[in-house]
Amino acid sequence: MDEITKAKPHGVPIKVRRAIAYIVLIFFSLLCLIWFYILLINSTRSHSEMTLGFTLLPSTHLLDNWTSLINGTIPIARGFLNSLIVSGCTCLLCVYFSAMTAYAINTYRFKGRDAIAAFILAIMMIPGQVTALGFLQLITKIKLDDSLVPLIIPAIASPVTYFYLKQYMESNLPLSLVEAARIDGSNEFRTFNTIILPLIKPAISVQMIFSFVGSWNNYFTPALILHTETKKTLPVMIAELRGADWLRFDMGQIYIMIAASIFPVIIVYLILSEYIVGGVSSGAVKG
Amino acid sequence: MDKKKSNYNVVKFNRWGYIFLIPFFVTYIIFSFIPLCNTIYNSFFENYRSGLKQIGPNLVGVQNYVNLLSTPEVWKYLGNTLIMWIGGFIPQILIALLLAYWFSDPSLRLKGQRFFKTVIYMPNLIMASAFSMLFFALFSDSGPVNQILMSMGLRSEPFKFFQYVAASRILVMFMNFLMWFGNTTILLMAGMLGIDTALYEAAQVDGATASQVFSKITMPILRPIFVYVLITSLIGGLQMFDVPQILTNGRGNPTDSLTTVIMLLNRYLTSKDMGRGGALSVFMFVVTGVLSLIVFKMNSSKEN
Amino acid sequence: MKKKVLATLLTGVMATTLLAGCGNAAAPAADAPAAEAPAAEEAAPAAESEAAAPAAELPEDTGKVLNISAWNEEFKSRLEDHYPGYEKVDGTTGKIGDVTVNWLITPNEENAYQNRLDEILLAQDSASADDKLDLFLVEADYAVKYTDTDYTMALTDLGISADEMKDQYTYTQDVVTDSNGVVKGTSWQGCPGVMIYNREIAKEVFGSDDPATIQPLFSDWDKFYESAGKLDEAGYDVISSTADTFRVYQNNAKLPWVDGNKIQVDDNLIKWVEDSKKLADAGYCNTWGQWGEDWNKGFYPEGKVFAYFGPAWLIDFCMAADVEGSVGHDGGWAATEGPQGFYWGGTWICAAAGTDNANLVADIMRKMTMDPEIMKDIVLKDNDFVNNRPVMEGLAADESYSNAVLGGQNPLKMFCAGADKIDMANLTAYDQGLLGDFQTAMGDYINGNYATIDEAMDQFYTLALQRYPELTK
Repeated sequence: MDEITKAKPHGVPIKVRRAIAYIVLIFFSLLCLIWFYILLINSTRSHSEMTLGFTLLPSTHLLDNWTSLINGTIPIARGFLNSLIVSGCTCLLCVYFSAMTAYAINTYRFKGRDAIAAFILAIMMIPGQVTALGFLQLITKIKLDDSLVPLIIPAIASPVTYFYLKQYMESNLPLSLVEAARIDGSNEFRTFNTIILPLIKPAISVQMIFSFVGSWNNYFTPALILHTETKKTLPVMIAELRGADWLRFDMGQIYIMIAASIFPVIIVYLILSEYIVGGVSSGAVKG
Repeated sequence: MDKKKSNYNVVKFNRWGYIFLIPFFVTYIIFSFIPLCNTIYNSFFENYRSGLKQIGPNLVGVQNYVNLLSTPEVWKYLGNTLIMWIGGFIPQILIALLLAYWFSDPSLRLKGQRFFKTVIYMPNLIMASAFSMLFFALFSDSGPVNQILMSMGLRSEPFKFFQYVAASRILVMFMNFLMWFGNTTILLMAGMLGIDTALYEAAQVDGATASQVFSKITMPILRPIFVYVLITSLIGGLQMFDVPQILTNGRGNPTDSLTTVIMLLNRYLTSKDMGRGGALSVFMFVVTGVLSLIVFKMNSSKEN
Repeated sequence: MKKKVLATLLTGVMATTLLAGCGNAAAPAADAPAAEAPAAEEAAPAAESEAAAPAAELPEDTGKVLNISAWNEEFKSRLEDHYPGYEKVDGTTGKIGDVTVNWLITPNEENAYQNRLDEILLAQDSASADDKLDLFLVEADYAVKYTDTDYTMALTDLGISADEMKDQYTYTQDVVTDSNGVVKGTSWQGCPGVMIYNREIAKEVFGSDDPATIQPLFSDWDKFYESAGKLDEAGYDVISSTADTFRVYQNNAKLPWVDGNKIQVDDNLIKWVEDSKKLADAGYCNTWGQWGEDWNKGFYPEGKVFAYFGPAWLIDFCMAADVEGSVGHDGGWAATEGPQGFYWGGTWICAAAGTDNANLVADIMRKMTMDPEIMKDIVLKDNDFVNNRPVMEGLAADESYSNAVLGGQNPLKMFCAGADKIDMANLTAYDQGLLGDFQTAMGDYINGNYATIDEAMDQFYTLALQRYPELTK
C-alpha cells in the first residue's frame, strides 16, 4: 500500500490508453478473422484463378466448386450427417448422464461419496489418448469397429461435464426442493427428470454446446475407428484432403470443403455467442 | 417417531445415489478402465504385424519400455511437444492478460466488448483439422500468403514455411495461440470481474498507476485461475496432435521436429504395433500425472 | 461363350436377389444371409448344365456387391469408360448388371492404403457377403507383401490361363508372381517412363522443341545439370522438385531395399541425394513433395517448369490436360528418353481369396488386361500405355496415332523400347515404406536442415525402424 500511495498520480493519460487498447483489440480481431476471409474469397475462385495470385474480391466460381465437391469422391454430405448424428447423440447422452452423476454426488449422502467424488476428479486428468490402444482392441473385439456407436456411448462418462454441473448444482440447487418433491410422493427418478433438469437448464445448455462442439471437432478417435468412406465424420474427411494427392489438383474444391465444414459452426456460434462466451466465463469462476 | 421415520427415509433415498451413479461407472469401466488396463497389459508384449503376418503376442517383460526410453526418439518428440506448447502458451497468457485487464478496467470503459470477445473466442470453436488444412493451403509455397507477400513486394520469391524447422514450428505455435488466447482472455476476465471494485477505487484514490494496480491487486487474486489455465493448457498441450499431424501429413517434417508424442502413438496404432504403442501410452500416462502433480504442488506450496 | 457366362451370372444374381428380397420381407434382417446361400445353390446346377463351360470351373457368383479397394480414381475411371455394362451411380458406387460396385478408396500416403487393406483382408473370413472384398489394387512397391500370402488368388484358380496372358509384358507378371512362381495378379498398363518437357521453354532456351535436339542435351546426369543451368539463366526450373528424379535413380539401383532383415541403401540412391543437393543449392529446382499444388503448378505456363519425369499415366491422368489454360490442354509437352530409362508405378489388379464374385472378377481381369480391343481403346481414348505388346507395337508403328497432350507426337516407340528394358528383380515388400522414409529424411538434408548425409541416414533408419520393427540397420 505504501508503494501505491507514493507513486505518481498519473501514468499515461486515459485517452491514449484507450486508443492503444482499441488498436490492439482491432489488430487481434483482424488476426482472428483474416484467415476466414481468405478462405471465403478463395472458395469462390477457380483453381486457375488462384494460380494467378490473391485478390481481395470474390470471384464467381462458388457454385462450380461446390458442384465438383458434391460430385467428387468424398461423400461430404454423408460426412456432415455422420458428424451431426455423432455430435447430437454425444451431447445429449453426455449432458443427461453427467447431470445424473452430478445430482447423485450433490444430493445424496451415501457411504463412499467423498471417495467417489475424489476418484472422478482424479480421472479427469487422464488424457483419452493413453487408453486409445485398449479402447481400439475392445471395440474390435465387440465388433463395433468402423461404427459410430463407440464415438457416442463413452460420452456417458464425461468427468469434465460432470464437474461443471456439480459446481453449478452446489450453488444453484436448493436441497429443500428435493425434500418438497419427496413429500409430494415423487419418485426420485421423476424428481430428477421433471424438477431438477429444468432447474439447471442454463448450465445444461452451456454444456450441451461444449460437448457438441467438442465432438464435432474430434479427430483422433474417429480417425482410428472409422474406415468406410460413408461412415467417416467431417474432420476425418478434411484430414484426408491432406493425403489425397489427386484431389489437390483443384484447390477450389479444397477451399470449399474447408469452408463448408467451418462456416456452419461459425454461424451457429454467432447466434449463440452470448451463451457460449458466458458459459466459458462462468466455468472459470466456479472452476 | 417422526425423526426415526425421516432418518429411515433419507437412508432409503440415499440408496438412489448409487443407482444414479451406475451409468457413469458402467460406461467408465467398460470404455476407459478396461482399455487402460488392457493398454498396460499390452505394453509387456511383443505384438505387431509384419506384412500380413501377426508377430506375437510374446511376453517380453519391460523390453518395450527399455527400447522406448533408451532411444532418443521419444525424448525428442516430448521436447517437440513441449517447445510447441510453450511457444503458444507464453504469448497466449500474456496477450490474454493484457486484453482481460483492459476489458475489465472500469476506467477504460471500452465499447464493443461483446463484439471483440465474440471474435477472439471464435477460433477456439473451429475444427482443428479444418483449421490446419486451411493453414496448410494458405501458407504453401504458392498459397495466398506468399502471393500477398510477393504482390506487396515484401519478397521476390515464395517463403517456404514448411521447409524450415523454425517457421513450421512457429506456425504450429501461432495456431495454438490463435485457438486459445480468446478462451484464456475470457477465463481471466471472469476472474478479474470477480475482484471487488472497492479495491480498485481505493487504489485510484491513493493515486496508484495502472501497472501498480495490476501487479499489486489483480495478479495475486488471479492466481487460482492462472493455475487452472496452466494445468489445463499443459495437459492439452501434451496431447497436441491434430494441428501438427495434419499440417505435416503425419510426418512431422522437417527433420521430425514437429512430431509430437501422440503422433508417434498414432503411428503405432495405425500400424497395429500394440507392444510399442502400449509402452508409449503408459509413458504418456505417467508424464501427464507427474506434470500435473508438480503444478499442483507448486501452487499449494506457494500458497502456504 | 463369354455371353453365356454373363447370362449365367445374371440368372444367378437375379434369383439370389429375388429370394433374398423375399427373405427380407418375411423374416428379420439377420436371416437374410442365410436365405441367400440355398438360393445360390439352387441356381448353380441349372446354370452349369446350360453353360457347360470347360475352362472355368468357378463357383457361381453369389455376391450382390463387388467391393474394390483402391488408392485413387484411376482404375475406377478406366472401368467406367471401358468395361462393357458398367454404369456409374455416384462418386463411390457403380453397377454392373445387378451387381453393385462399391469402391473403397483410401489414399496412399503414410501407408494408409496398405494398413486399410490389411484390415480388410484379415477380416475377410468373418465379413458378411456384402462386405467381402473381391478385387484389390496393388503397386509394384509392395505387391510381394500380398501376392506371397493366401489372401490373394492365383489367376489359374480364376480360370485364367497363361496363354491368355501371352501378349502382356513379362515384367508385369514378374511383379505379381509369388515366391512359388504362381501369377497372382494382372495389370492393364505398362509404365516405362520418359522425360516430358515443355515445348515453349525448349524453343526459347535451346532453340528447338524437337526431341532429337533436346535428348543429347539431357542424355546423362552431368549434361542434365549443365542444361539445368541454362534453363535457370532464362528463369526456368529444370524440374519441379528433386523428388521428380528419384524414381529414375531408384530404378537403376543394383541392390534391393532389404536383404534378409537388413536394410540396404544402394549407391545410386546416394548419388540421387548428392545430385539433388547440387540442383537445389544452385536453385535449379525446388524440393517440395510430389502431388502438391506447388509441385503441379508447372502443369500451367506460369509455373515455369521445364520437365517432369513420368510414364504414360502421368501425362494422361495427372497433367491437367482437360483444364483450360494448362500446358497440356494446348498440347505443349513433348517426350524424350532423358538421362536414364526407368519405370514408375503401375497398378495391378488382384483377386481377394474368398470373393463371392469370382466369375465377374475374372471377367474384369480378362476384359481390362487381356482383351486387345478394349486395351487399344484405352490407348486411343486415354493415351495410357497398355500391357499388350502387339497392340502397343501396332500403334507405335501407326502414323495416324498421335498424343494431343504431347503436341501430336507419337511417343509409343519410345515407351515400347522402355518397356522391354524394365527389370523388376529388386522388389521387396518394404519398398513403399522405405523409399518414402528415405525421401523424407534426405529431403531434409537437401533442404539444408541436416548438415551431412550421415545425419540424414540416421534419421532414415529411425523412421524405417519405427515403421518396420522387424528390420535391422
